[in-house]
Amino acid sequence: MARAIELIGITKRFPGVVANDKVDLAVEQGEIHAVCGENGAGKSTLMKILYGMQNADEGTMKVNGQEVRFHKPTDAIDLGIGMVHQHFMLADQLTVLESVILGSEPTLAGGRIDFAAAKAHLAEVSQAYGLNVDPDQLIESLEVGERQRVEIIKVLYRGAKILILDEPTAVLVPQEVEELFRNLRELKANGATILFIDHKLAEVLAIADTVTVLRQGRSVATVKAADVTAPQLAELMVGSELPTPATSESTVTDDVVLQVRDLQINEAGRPVVSDVNIVIRRGEVVGVAGVEGNGQAALVDGIIGTRPVAGGTIELLGDDVTRQSVRHRRERGIGYIPQDRQREGLLLLAPLWENAALGHQTQAPYSQGFWMNRSGMRTATQEIRSEFDVRTPNIDVAAHALSGGNQQKFIVGREMHSQPTLLVAAHPTRGIDVGAQAAVWDQLKAARAAGLATLLVSADLDELIGLSDTIVVMFRGRIVATLDPAKVTPRDLGAYMTGAATQDDAA
Amino acid sequence: MTRIASVLRRIKTDAAAPVMALVFAVAASSVVLLVAGSNPIQAYSDMLKHASKLETMIDILNRATPLFIAGIAAAIGFRMNLFNIGVEGQYLLAALVAAHVGGLVHLPAPLHIALILLVAMSVGAAYSGVAGVLKVTKGVHEVISTIMLNAIATSGLIVAGLQAWQAGGGLGGNVTRVGTTPIDESGRLPNLNGFVEIFTRDIGRDRELTGVLVVAIAVGVAYHVIVGRSRFGFDLRASGANPFAAHVGGIPPKRMIVTAMVLSGAVAGLVGMTEIMDGGVFPANPIQGLGFAGIAVALLGRNSAIGALVAALIFAFLDISSGILQNTGSASREIVQIMQGLIILAAVVAYQVTERARAREEAKAAATALAAVAS
Repeated sequence: MARAIELIGITKRFPGVVANDKVDLAVEQGEIHAVCGENGAGKSTLMKILYGMQNADEGTMKVNGQEVRFHKPTDAIDLGIGMVHQHFMLADQLTVLESVILGSEPTLAGGRIDFAAAKAHLAEVSQAYGLNVDPDQLIESLEVGERQRVEIIKVLYRGAKILILDEPTAVLVPQEVEELFRNLRELKANGATILFIDHKLAEVLAIADTVTVLRQGRSVATVKAADVTAPQLAELMVGSELPTPATSESTVTDDVVLQVRDLQINEAGRPVVSDVNIVIRRGEVVGVAGVEGNGQAALVDGIIGTRPVAGGTIELLGDDVTRQSVRHRRERGIGYIPQDRQREGLLLLAPLWENAALGHQTQAPYSQGFWMNRSGMRTATQEIRSEFDVRTPNIDVAAHALSGGNQQKFIVGREMHSQPTLLVAAHPTRGIDVGAQAAVWDQLKAARAAGLATLLVSADLDELIGLSDTIVVMFRGRIVATLDPAKVTPRDLGAYMTGAATQDDAA
Repeated sequence: MTRIASVLRRIKTDAAAPVMALVFAVAASSVVLLVAGSNPIQAYSDMLKHASKLETMIDILNRATPLFIAGIAAAIGFRMNLFNIGVEGQYLLAALVAAHVGGLVHLPAPLHIALILLVAMSVGAAYSGVAGVLKVTKGVHEVISTIMLNAIATSGLIVAGLQAWQAGGGLGGNVTRVGTTPIDESGRLPNLNGFVEIFTRDIGRDRELTGVLVVAIAVGVAYHVIVGRSRFGFDLRASGANPFAAHVGGIPPKRMIVTAMVLSGAVAGLVGMTEIMDGGVFPANPIQGLGFAGIAVALLGRNSAIGALVAALIFAFLDISSGILQNTGSASREIVQIMQGLIILAAVVAYQVTERARAREEAKAAATALAAVAS
């Protein structure tokens, strides 16, 4: 039987970079094939080519033995290839059934939608692949894992036999990951071929039959998952040992930097943060774990001052700053690494040396009284560039020209350069490659050793456990657990994050 | 060295778009002229010959002065991502109130002038501030509110003000509409003819170079320095470029919106000064449309002071040229408006094109730098 997918010598160039350099990939019928590599290794580009979203410059593509050329995703769909994107494309107000048939609705005479037929077909598909969904439920009432299942069914409904899943576990907690893997095995048992993109090694080894590793745009190896260990895979991915976030001995002191008491924050009249108490001391990293949307973002906004506080107090170095402006707080030494660097961290069209001043524009060396200090800004930017290894041709380029990892290093550098007393870091390594991630971790560790107090919000549980001195778990706006990272596993954290466990159970 | 080179490159790319736009506009206008049966070469040479006369240059400067101020007023809004369409209503209302107040009081010259300028700026600022406050408190888009405020000013407040304040105290019947009470000589800006004549022959035919030109230059310099170099200017540009990033950077977005609208209105208040400080009254039929022209000036000038200066001079030149085309008969005077429209259209397109080209080039340079380090 011909291979489900065969890519030979695929090359794709973008201005200045080769995203894919003669990549080979062979996926057998009915297997789960993982494609792994660091961010920027070329995984996404390869999948976009395979799904017809981009054209390869060179190379051959075969599906079920037939040579093909895709120009748009519908070409791929016609051949039974479906893609489940990392970010769900579902509308909250639709039911599961409506979401699934959206865009390929069976119609009756007069253009009416044949819901009965649609429902029957949906039932057939979920039966065939063992995926259970209630077709009449509203999307907004579904958990993240269930939404993902809807996305998968949506693809199957259109007749896909080959599924591409783009980092499907990125948004899931460990329990949901297990559920997903059960579903994937079910799909495989029913004859589907799955192409699974990931960079978490344990997961890859748990689910895949075969693994293809990409590094710097090249396919460096294809191995049987059974024949390889996680460290070996890691070495293939990065070409060396994998860095870890783990910190050395505690540097926690007794000096309280941030004291949050009984904090309540409302959104549209409803509390999204309630009764939150946090203390962070000099040299301490407090990690905040939680499934996204459980109040972490509001907590961060409340501490830096962009969102009004409904109740409770925030004290910085003993001063009540609850009602103070963002600027006042930043002048008092709050550094901030926002979760969305492009939205909240950068002026994308402005040169780097102007971006360096953002958030610190009232302070030396960026300004003197009424005036900005251009030479001070430029010097500081050069320092940030060299100390934090920001790879840029010069400091006059606009921020958008930098790669994601370099933008992040630049933001971290900017915040560290002013020697903050409290750093609020929201997902500081999200979406950046392993090299940049290690650099950011090193900076956070060094700053901690130098006495920085850090509030670290992250979805990467290994990062949280590795870097934090204390971990608090937020669930529905409250802190449901305070844990010692030395004694906790990602699995335990996951249980608290989903509300499956509370600290009382554990005690 | 590389810094100088990059600055030079930046100037080159900055100037490339307006020059392309001008060339295109001239070429397209030539086609229009040919189609209309006129000789484009003849028309252009008439325009240039006319413009090279000293008196015409004075006319152009007099016209460019309010255009430039209006352009700066619009540019302040644009820097903050605000579309202040209300410059029109703001300057007319400001000029009316300033003329009225100036006509009422009798003061020594510097004080009198300062008072009139202050009143004009305050009225413009307050009227524009209304739009700013509506935006931050009620979420009313500034385009909508300023259009409404324009209508209220031009067809409501100004008509009522003119009737109430017309010279002679209203005379009951308002049979003759003569504008506001004339301002004393002490409240008018002297013309700059004496200054110009140091360098040139005497200016003939009753031409007077407006003293407001000095005000315009001051506005331009202040704008350039404050927006480009001050902390406030940094906050303004940051907030306009990315309000979310600016907010976490300590710049309150709502306050910046109101401040930008107020400043834009304050500058807009000065647009009408050429009328009331040269003529001494707010006339029954004031010059209108300068506010809208100012938007075009800001657009063509890319919100920079120097750009606005060049743009104001180009538009003023075209405005003044329409008369000569009529007189010589080498082309219809409407060609001037067609050219103005074409320039704006071409400029908008050209800016987009060069902006994208620059972004691409930068991304490429950054990627190359990255690759060089990696290998």
